Amino acid sequence: MIPVRQCLKLAPLCCQIRHGSRMFPQLKRGSFNRITDEDVNLFAGIVGQNGIKTEELDHYNTDWLNTVSGFTELVVSPKSVEEVAAVLRHCNGRRLAVVPQGGNTGLVGGSNPVFDEIVLSLERLNNISHIDPYAGIVECEAGVILQNLSDKVGEHGYTVPLDLGARGSCFIGGNLATHAGGLRVVRYGQLRGSVLGMRVVLPDGQILDGRSNMRKDNTGYDIKQLFIGSEGTLGVITDVSLLLPQTPVSVNMALFGCDSFDDVIKCYRLSRQCLGEIVSACEFMDSLCMTSVNDILGLASPLEDSHPFYYLVETSGMNMDHDMEKLETCIEKVFESGCATDGVMATSKDQARHMMSLRENIAPALKAVGFNYKYDVSLPIQHMYSLVEKIRNKMRKTEGAFSVGYGHLGDNNLHLNIITPQYCTQALSLIEPFVYEEVSRLKGSISAEHGMGLKKANYLRYSKDPSMIAMMRSLKDVFDPNGIMNPYKLLPWND
Amino acid sequence: MSGLRVLVGCKRVIDYAVKIRVRPDSLGVVTDGVKHSMNPFDENAIEEAVRMKQKKVVKEIVVASCGPSQSQETIRTALAMGADRGIHVEVPAGTDANLQPLAVAKIFSKLVEKEKPDLVILGKQAIDDDANQTTQLLAGMLDWPQGTMASVVSASDGSLTITREIDGGLEDISVSLPAVISADLRLNEPRYATLPNIMKAKKKKIEKMTPDKLGVDITPRLKILNVVDPPVRQAGDKVPDVTTLVEKLKEKGHL
Repeated sequence: MIPVRQCLKLAPLCCQIRHGSRMFPQLKRGSFNRITDEDVNLFAGIVGQNGIKTEELDHYNTDWLNTVSGFTELVVSPKSVEEVAAVLRHCNGRRLAVVPQGGNTGLVGGSNPVFDEIVLSLERLNNISHIDPYAGIVECEAGVILQNLSDKVGEHGYTVPLDLGARGSCFIGGNLATHAGGLRVVRYGQLRGSVLGMRVVLPDGQILDGRSNMRKDNTGYDIKQLFIGSEGTLGVITDVSLLLPQTPVSVNMALFGCDSFDDVIKCYRLSRQCLGEIVSACEFMDSLCMTSVNDILGLASPLEDSHPFYYLVETSGMNMDHDMEKLETCIEKVFESGCATDGVMATSKDQARHMMSLRENIAPALKAVGFNYKYDVSLPIQHMYSLVEKIRNKMRKTEGAFSVGYGHLGDNNLHLNIITPQYCTQALSLIEPFVYEEVSRLKGSISAEHGMGLKKANYLRYSKDPSMIAMMRSLKDVFDPNGIMNPYKLLPWND
Repeated sequence: MSGLRVLVGCKRVIDYAVKIRVRPDSLGVVTDGVKHSMNPFDENAIEEAVRMKQKKVVKEIVVASCGPSQSQETIRTALAMGADRGIHVEVPAGTDANLQPLAVAKIFSKLVEKEKPDLVILGKQAIDDDANQTTQLLAGMLDWPQGTMASVVSASDGSLTITREIDGGLEDISVSLPAVISADLRLNEPRYATLPNIMKAKKKKIEKMTPDKLGVDITPRLKILNVVDPPVRQAGDKVPDVTTLVEKLKEKGHL
């Protein structure tokens, strides 16, 4: 295996833009109409001249990873649900394809046009309408940036039930449409469990008003759940009511260095036994991940030596003394059992933030090294790292390639990344469909939290039964008979 | 030169990353339930002592803190970083906000009498009162040389060479031992307390004392009259082009 530092030298800093249509040369543009000046003027009439953009659209056309890029010529930014409805009604009538877009931080090419689809940006629907400080509920529009939402509810002693590295750019609407996971699923559960109500606009312009602030409401089918995770293919989410957890008073972070993945699993098990309800994040990373953030971003490891694996555990509670007692017991047990050979505990907020930033900056660090093939999979915990080892072995003859594994250990969610200096179909052919076949064989999920988007749409069969896929297609036809909403995404277009 | 004995001071303060809120009575800030940690400059002080011990210049590090019972956690962190034993000078909780530099300097001068160190290292200032006085007062009381705002310290026979951060740049001085120095942020990068060391630190001794036992009167000499938030910053104006910018600057009388 090529030593890390050598790999990093072979792969110069680069960015790769692959036009969605070229990455999949067999993908043909659907039979949609093309935008005319009349369409543009009509949209301007609905959303105002400020809501129309026809120039400098790279930022909307290209994804955050610089791996896919479309050719849109128009971005429409409505500022109310009525404007969203009017825009969609027109698009549906004219058979114009639409891509709803939030913060454009998605990792599977689901938020960008493939051809000339109109980008419907939610950026101007950014109002936080109401916070109920007694019930712990917030009502807001889909275009609110997650960090802003977090700050605002923080003023009342509440926190948002999800947190991820993209918090400074992603929109809550996008988080819902992709059913984002993030760091705190292990503590607060999946996002869909915190959604009390939602308002969506259907592709034909109909407003489906499911807004509610009730914690318990068993009155009929829970239709909003269909839209959560639908990746903008069934309609546009415009408003949401979220249930909020209390902001924890005492937050602690510990990082352990382990010799093997088996040790990581033991560490994890012990920590959950000792820490129980105060656990708020369980993450792991391998030594190549740590070296990448050290070398590329200059973030130093708090441990003196390098270790094959690192396990990061965060606790959040309402009483510092109680939490410290639990943590001290946990640490004693971990070292007694020998499943960690070293570790550090944060003694200040700054240190805690730094330790979490090591984990959160893996993706940005790897992005700077070369082309990233990213796989976000759910696997039985004991098999999580063996997939990384198998891929590493497959890629051993590919010059400049290296593979890393990290992720949400507490959710059995592995982020497998393979990095090569440039995008190369030969490397891709070694990885796919092998990764999907392996995951399918282990009955895992080929997309734990990132979604299907454009990149994984054709692999849906590896994690879903044909009957399920057929039902998804039927539902898509119910909501979007003209197929204008985010075409080429989520559902396979080329089985 | 080897075998120096060092006394390091550390203070438990509100964690520097916490958003401070003024108390409703405007006489201080809210401390209840708020995250506290070791004063960042004191981390530099401890780190420097530990590095000198690793270089065998220092043979024993005693860490002392004046404060309520929770100050013991701060001392434990210092022990985990490498100090050998601790001294906790306890003051009743709630009165610690009134423990001012003059009182602390007097306490430390009594500790120096007791422990007879060759060197005292303190943090340059505490981030709660930003006083930057204790080192200087202590040096005066002991009639020892002082090297404040130290960003580089090196030892040679019976003396220290210190680089100080001053307004005009950097100043190099030499002080003979015994001396008092205060640590600045660029002195070093403080280490994390490793978990094995945190566990070992539990077995290290912390001696308990009170200002009374040391014969020190800690009555505050300064009275806090009022604490208020700084005025809210006004948002700036975005202008679409240079012409408008020039117009606005003229309007506001800046041109």
